[in-house]
Amino acid sequence: MNDVLDFERYELREELAYRFTPDRREFLQTLGAGLLFVFAADAQNAAPETRIHVGENGHYTVLTGKIEEGQGARTEIAMAAAEELGAPLSRVTVLMADTSQVPNDGITAGSGTTPRTIPAVRRAAAAVRKELDKSAQSVTPADWKVLGTPQVRTNSRDIVTGAHQCPSDVQREGMLYGVVLRAPAFGAKLLSVDEKAAGDVIVVRDGDFVGCAAPTSFSARQALHKIAATAKWDVPTTAVNSTNLFDHLKAKAQSGAASGRNRPIEQGDVDAALQQAQRKLEATYTAAYIQHAPMEPRAAVAEWRDGSLTVWTGTSNPFSVRDQLAQAFQIPAAKVKVLVPDFGGGFGGKHTGEAALEAARLARAAQKPVSLRWTRAEEFTWAYCRPAAVIEVRAALDGNNAIGAWDFTNINSGGSAIDSPYKSVAHRIRFLPSDSPLRQGSYRALASTANNFARESHIDELALAANMDPLAFRLQHLDNDRIREVLQAAAQKFGWKDRVGKKTSNRGIGLACGIEKNSVVAACVEVEIDPRTRLPRLLEICEAYECGAILNPLNLRQQVEGSIVMGLGAVLGEGLQFERGRITNARFSAYKVPRFHDTPSKMDIVLVDKKDVAPIGAGETPIIAVAPAMANAVFAATGYRPRSLPFAPVPARA
Amino acid sequence: MAEFRFTVNGKPRMVNTAPERPLLEVLREDLHLTGTKYGCGEGQCRACTVLLDGKPAITCMLPVKNAAGRKITTIEALAPGPVLHRVQQAFLEEGALQCGYCTGGMILRTVALLEATPRPTEAQIIQTLDGSLCRCCGYSRIVAAVRRAANDAVSGGDGR
Ligand code: FES
Ligand code: FES
Repeated sequence: MNDVLDFERYELREELAYRFTPDRREFLQTLGAGLLFVFAADAQNAAPETRIHVGENGHYTVLTGKIEEGQGARTEIAMAAAEELGAPLSRVTVLMADTSQVPNDGITAGSGTTPRTIPAVRRAAAAVRKELDKSAQSVTPADWKVLGTPQVRTNSRDIVTGAHQCPSDVQREGMLYGVVLRAPAFGAKLLSVDEKAAGDVIVVRDGDFVGCAAPTSFSARQALHKIAATAKWDVPTTAVNSTNLFDHLKAKAQSGAASGRNRPIEQGDVDAALQQAQRKLEATYTAAYIQHAPMEPRAAVAEWRDGSLTVWTGTSNPFSVRDQLAQAFQIPAAKVKVLVPDFGGGFGGKHTGEAALEAARLARAAQKPVSLRWTRAEEFTWAYCRPAAVIEVRAALDGNNAIGAWDFTNINSGGSAIDSPYKSVAHRIRFLPSDSPLRQGSYRALASTANNFARESHIDELALAANMDPLAFRLQHLDNDRIREVLQAAAQKFGWKDRVGKKTSNRGIGLACGIEKNSVVAACVEVEIDPRTRLPRLLEICEAYECGAILNPLNLRQQVEGSIVMGLGAVLGEGLQFERGRITNARFSAYKVPRFHDTPSKMDIVLVDKKDVAPIGAGETPIIAVAPAMANAVFAATGYRPRSLPFAPVPARA
Repeated sequence: MAEFRFTVNGKPRMVNTAPERPLLEVLREDLHLTGTKYGCGEGQCRACTVLLDGKPAITCMLPVKNAAGRKITTIEALAPGPVLHRVQQAFLEEGALQCGYCTGGMILRTVALLEATPRPTEAQIIQTLDGSLCRCCGYSRIVAAVRRAANDAVSGGDGR
């Protein structure tokens, strides 16, 4: 596979997963009365959009193309509207991601809801209020009554009672359950299959797509097993596996591709500076492929009626999935409606619409609604993953302990947070795409985790070479006051100055900081090396974070805490293993994600609230400081420096 | 196919189905109780937790025939009226959910834990819930919710 990773937006771009044959033989439409306000939206998007509905009962409905996957968009949007409408939060409902009713707010990704959708909602709500009450004044952050207060997710009652229906819970009259025949290895081509082997169920073969639909998922699986037993495949040979992956990525690095968005960030002659330098440090860092593994695997329910298609599915990109469906079935987009019920997690992993296409294909054949839910193994194997990385860093200190040279190359994983916030005399910073053996795409903070891991580890080494406290070294070299502020906040709360350099057996402290998507983070940690696994346990973390004016402090804390523990997973043991085109650990018993016992018993979160700075999205950046802070702490504890994600066990002392 | 009878959320139910079908799928597909979730199918996440004769059990690997004659309680029945169970209330108050997909299973595990151990230590909470996964990684808030529910019970709470 050779998916092109967009340098800045890093979206997965690939061919439509399926292009189905049109088969005519198989074929045989809200809100109540009230006022619907239509606005010309942002200057850059002049199309008028319907945004707010004012019900006769004084209840407001905000319409948005954004989705809710646990990150807090639903509540944040309701709060923004309530604030500007001067209404209590309980009188605002948010209708999300029904492509037949809501404006296209684009994909829910890249921490974009807070900086882009929230202002649009606030403008619309303020305009509605002006319309209803000419004397209304616009609200400034100093007068916020709803925004800036901690609010629980508006529909959380339905969650604790089990009433909320995720995409995999949607049920329709007469619905069947679908399953899809999967190839035994990536790139395998189906040579032959006996579809009749399934018995009395709906079977579809359309090109490489083979699937069954039956009244229960159990009977659908049974039928599929029978078909699978008859399938003959042409399995391509591939020599790339998880053990030689990094050599492969290096060998295939496209150094010639350094143009356009992938142009290196360069200043001075870094090669000459390195040659002349006395104190040089060179290291290679790696990051394994990891999966998002949201608790709810991909799922969709599809229903055809008179040539029109309705699909309920868990995707961050509802309008794109609508268009994919229209393309795959060769019908106008106006005949396709995609609805996204709040779903069970994504973390950047559900930007696509595979399950929607599959369910719709089966539903067309069955002439009944079909629910199709991926299994955990399918999710591990066939969903795209976070790109693996090889990162080469060469750096030098000059006589005054300034960073004389900084040469940083990310191979394969992407350019987010690749730029260094530290002053250097000469530098060259670049991203080189490579040939990825696995399907790769977005992930929470994407490449910034790996880039920050390599950079912040290396900065620690430079501090050591300069014989300086890593905190002091950073404060001296940082070229960014906002990072400096969170770093000092974290260090103070953690008590860094009193704790640094104190030796406790098998324990160490470390720190790291960074910037991504315009928000800044710093973490101080204490780790202990487990004598059995030789891996660190995170005992304590103090993370300071600043993302402008805080909209919902409760949700922000949840995002920061979740990011920390999710980031811990990529440190401690997450990594896809693969061989001969197969993922060999496609299950939670073999692919270890963080559990309760991994969670640090002390987790201090310092939120720096900047009321005068426009709010910045916060679901991603808090993840990037965890790995390097822990690597630096492992070094402080043992003298061994982890250079891979996940960390290798600390070698036992000689 | 065979007939199986059990009590689900206080009501007698009968299903006519393949005996090897996982109880999870019977609850969801035949009885339309979708609050019980699939997360892994291999006993690793416990999103599929119900109370079976009052004890927490995973249902993704439990053949429906093994549930015959037993009492099953799903998350939907924890608060039969408008007043939430104190554990549900504690999860709400602590913000112990993000996407909410794991929440039902976590709540049922907590209910069973507090029944057996009304004042669990932190270590007991972690040990009891360690088999349950939350990929939003809201573990610290879930622990706080369990503690809050325990304290509410001891201080009287809403009496349930
Ligand atoms: S679905 Fe049953 S334990 Fe994961
Ligand atoms: S809240 Fe999302 S999995 Fe637990």
